[in-house]
Amino acid sequence: METSALSFYLISAFILITGLLTVFTKKLFRAAIWLLSSLIGIAALYFVMEVDFAAAVQIIVYVGGIVVLIIFSIFLTNNEGVSMPAPLSKRKIFSAIAVLCGAGYTVMLLDQHVWMAHSANAYDPSVKKIGYLLVSNSPDSYVLPFEVVSILLLAAMIGAIVIAIKARPEEK
Amino acid sequence: MSGVPLTHIIIVSSLLFFIGAYGFLTRRNLIAMLMSVELMLNSVNINFIAFNKYLFPDNLDGLVYTIFIIAIAAAEAAVAIAIIINLFRNTRSIDAEDADQLKN
Repeated sequence: METSALSFYLISAFILITGLLTVFTKKLFRAAIWLLSSLIGIAALYFVMEVDFAAAVQIIVYVGGIVVLIIFSIFLTNNEGVSMPAPLSKRKIFSAIAVLCGAGYTVMLLDQHVWMAHSANAYDPSVKKIGYLLVSNSPDSYVLPFEVVSILLLAAMIGAIVIAIKARPEEK
Repeated sequence: MSGVPLTHIIIVSSLLFFIGAYGFLTRRNLIAMLMSVELMLNSVNINFIAFNKYLFPDNLDGLVYTIFIIAIAAAEAAVAIAIIINLFRNTRSIDAEDADQLKN
């Protein structure tokens, strides 16, 4: 087995195991750390797939941004060291049945499906091409969605500040 | 990476999605639920990039969509955490069962 295939399977196992630990750990802070490991594993998966830009964005935004935000909010809201109560066994059983059926059916369908590649050219995710695709004025570029997403992000950040800001007690 | 069939990548991402779904269904802590949603979003990103690389290598649309999803996930996480912090201020709890002020 070639090296990249071997590393793909190792990284996949890492992602799935840390994902399971994220979902099953009793302590909230540990779950956040397992989530961090899982996201780093996904960035490594992108590196193995030779999509370097996506890996960099994954590390910058998820690992450096979202997980840090989650850890901060855990510190702000949680009594540290307190375990979360275990979920009700009825809820656990029904969720497990639903998830196992869904996963089994999906894997079965995927196993039978035959993929048809639409081109045999090499995949070239260079930053230059991504940049042209995002913000050039050619008709097939994604400049309009790009601007819409940037406005959405700005609106969401302002909204987050407005929601989370502490209401000042009324004067008098 | 040529030795790995596309099906295996998609199976990994599907399993990750269902792990996240299980967490979302069983956890009752709002931050833990948010973490499960992040896992699900990441599995979708893996799908987009794998399909782009294996089936449509000529154009980079899947990669661009992945970048959009990451940006929207960041916005979603920021708003969700603001709401959670505000809820904690009002009810001193981040359990989903305790957020029942609209019920009465």
